[in-house]
Amino acid sequence: MDIKENLQLLTGNEAIARAAYEAGVKVATAYPGTPSTEILENLSRYKGIYCQWSVNEKVALEVASGASIAGARTLVAMKHVGLNVAADPFMTLSYTGVNGGLVIISTDDPYMHSSQNEQDNRFYAKFAKVPMLEPSDSQEALDMLITAFKISEQFDTPVLLRTTTRISHSRSLVKLGEKINPDEKKYVKDSKKYVMIPAYGRVRHELLLERWIKLSEFSENKELIKVYLPGRKINKAKIGIITSGISYQYAREIFSNVPILKLLITNPLPEKTIRVFAQDKHLILIIEELEPFLEEQVKLMGLGAKIAGKEYFPQYGELNLDIVDKVYRQLFGTELISEYEIGKHTLESGSRLSAAVIPVSDKNPDEPPESGNIPQRPPVLCAGCPHRSVFYILKKLRAAVMGDIGCYTLSVLPPLSAIDSCLCMGAGIGQALGMEKADPKLKGKVVSVIGDSTFFHSGITPMIDNAYNNGTGLIIILDNGTTAMTGHQVHPGVGKTLSGNDTLELKPENFAKAAGIKNVRVVDPNDLSLLEKVLRQELERNELSVVVCRRVCALLEKVDKNNIVTIDQEKCDKCGACIRFGCPAIQLRDGSYAIDEFLCMGCNVCTAVCKKGAILKKYKKTIKI
Amino acid sequence: MRKYDNRNNKNNNSHTKSRRYLEKWEDNLKKGQILSVLFSGVGGQGIILATTVLAKAAIKSGFDVKVSEVHGMAQRGGSVEGSVRIGKEVFSPIISRADFIVAAEKLEALRYIGKLQSGGFLLVNDYEIYPSTVFSKDTEYPKNIEERISNLTKNYMIIDAVQIALRLNEIRAANMVLLGALSNFLPLEPGCWTGAIKENVPSKALNVNIEAFNSGKNL
Repeated sequence: MDIKENLQLLTGNEAIARAAYEAGVKVATAYPGTPSTEILENLSRYKGIYCQWSVNEKVALEVASGASIAGARTLVAMKHVGLNVAADPFMTLSYTGVNGGLVIISTDDPYMHSSQNEQDNRFYAKFAKVPMLEPSDSQEALDMLITAFKISEQFDTPVLLRTTTRISHSRSLVKLGEKINPDEKKYVKDSKKYVMIPAYGRVRHELLLERWIKLSEFSENKELIKVYLPGRKINKAKIGIITSGISYQYAREIFSNVPILKLLITNPLPEKTIRVFAQDKHLILIIEELEPFLEEQVKLMGLGAKIAGKEYFPQYGELNLDIVDKVYRQLFGTELISEYEIGKHTLESGSRLSAAVIPVSDKNPDEPPESGNIPQRPPVLCAGCPHRSVFYILKKLRAAVMGDIGCYTLSVLPPLSAIDSCLCMGAGIGQALGMEKADPKLKGKVVSVIGDSTFFHSGITPMIDNAYNNGTGLIIILDNGTTAMTGHQVHPGVGKTLSGNDTLELKPENFAKAAGIKNVRVVDPNDLSLLEKVLRQELERNELSVVVCRRVCALLEKVDKNNIVTIDQEKCDKCGACIRFGCPAIQLRDGSYAIDEFLCMGCNVCTAVCKKGAILKKYKKTIKI
Repeated sequence: MRKYDNRNNKNNNSHTKSRRYLEKWEDNLKKGQILSVLFSGVGGQGIILATTVLAKAAIKSGFDVKVSEVHGMAQRGGSVEGSVRIGKEVFSPIISRADFIVAAEKLEALRYIGKLQSGGFLLVNDYEIYPSTVFSKDTEYPKNIEERISNLTKNYMIIDAVQIALRLNEIRAANMVLLGALSNFLPLEPGCWTGAIKENVPSKALNVNIEAFNSGKNL
């Protein structure tokens, strides 16, 4: 059998978890967030590693930093926007350094597959002067994490390992290694290192700058740089590519006849290596997603060659083979390029991609020309989702809804169309206060909505701000007992830890009461008439209120098919009210409304939506199914 | 009508066609070309399992493989895609043009057909799942999908995978029927396919999945 049989097909996230195990990590923390979530989920399955979901990324990094001070190799994982939350400890950690190796994984999300922005976190590494490694496939993800721990301990610094969605969620072959046992480290009191009062901070900043110089030398290390040379003739080529991460894969596939410098370390940049690579070249093409992070720095090096990047590649979204191929054709079609002796490439032999069935539009190569006539299939709240009724009522009450981040953000889409703002985790509660302070006429018309996991993440402080500053709004907490959007992770309200141990079950309503909020109510959102009554009352009240809508996520509930509903076609007057409820189990087929019995979860909320009483339980008596 | 289910057992015509693809790709892969397969469908149709089985079968046949999946937002009933790239050495995990598209739903075949490589082949499950935008009357589910497909390519095959799976009393095995049909087009050893299925489905569902795969293969 082929040797490949011995390799494992792993996602970048799985490879990172494996590497953490091999590197002897003892403590790992994270807050779930796509595309980073599976790192901790996988790592928690290895024995002997303490893994925890923290309430947010800031706390995750702080716990990690404590573990590092105590001597453990520690990993902390978060999505790109999570590092904004953790930016406060992150910036100063660069000053204090570490004891046990500390690596922060930032999973960026170009194209925003599942995010609110596509910020380029490489700037955080530069900002904090923290070394950064970027793998270009799962094998490198494994190798680079192990290297990152060595760098962290050798240079007494936290290290950032940056991936993007296509690294985190693509599978490629990985050769597993053996677990290593790093040297035992113990906690040593060292206030000048860990207590950042100004006097000590000034000293640490100088040490940081010295470390930076050492790291710059170290970045020339052969392990951190890969040069691809496509055969003898090409060594004389006058064009070269500098790239890193997933962009390398596109570059390598399309520009297969061009020398490529792949940087596994992208902060600090290996300047000497770049200078040597650029020697004799007329054009250095920088291929990178998002910001011109490498390009601007390489330009500042003052090399002889022309440096080009963003004049060819977009500064938003992801790169792909089509975009890179288009640039390839552009360069090899011109006089400029023939001058560079790459030569013999005609467009026929050089074009890596033959034409597709249908010519692809110039504007967006990802979008097939047919798509204009094809119904979109947007993600929707699941059948039986307990969030739906809350937004159904809020729409009825014509409230302005300051939302948050979670499954429920999907209520922005028709037919509910019931969310008016979504900025970042925890933002809605503060935004609602700001609106009523700016325009008292909005009083009684603005509500904020936040999930349970999100409430623990960053909803408590703005709730206190509302209480303190005499806010009079309505805060709705959608408590479905899980972190649903990222795949059902536990959180402080659940009573279980990541490793499955029992723990305290914290309730959002108790935090509201502790903040002195007088009007705190808990309702079952599936009781539609009660929910409407409660929300009306609390919205009209001229005082701050908190309503917790508590019902477990429909995907975690056992479905009792005895409770599924059907539509009585004789009673149905085809008014369409049920469709406007937005449950995917309620369907319109050939002019008639009907229930998809396979999808129906039997929550029966829709029976209250139909004014004609046409939606009924299908079975009068309990039967065995 | 190019509809196949296993009642008209062994359609020689379709097998001659798939053999031509198989021979072509046996040769292309030897030359170092990369084979790209795109799976499209709706969340819950087993797209990720199908990509994994194909990827494992290719690894067992000695190839380098990269797989791309979509997580997160896309799982809430949205359209889902997964892709597998196979070759001596594979670079990009995401595809540009697909040499084969396997669509587990008809609308999702139409949505992705622009990605089909010239001369590539499309396998479509004869199955419709209406999106929410159709129920809210914002759009209509196209009535003429087959016609629109046939206007764009002659290299396609419509398979009643759900009916075949239902006859095996396991609707969830429809993805294996499609994989079985796909297997006739690809130069991977039969034993590698069954080995890959074995490793990726629960043991109590193994027989029905293998049966579904074979039904697809024998169409």
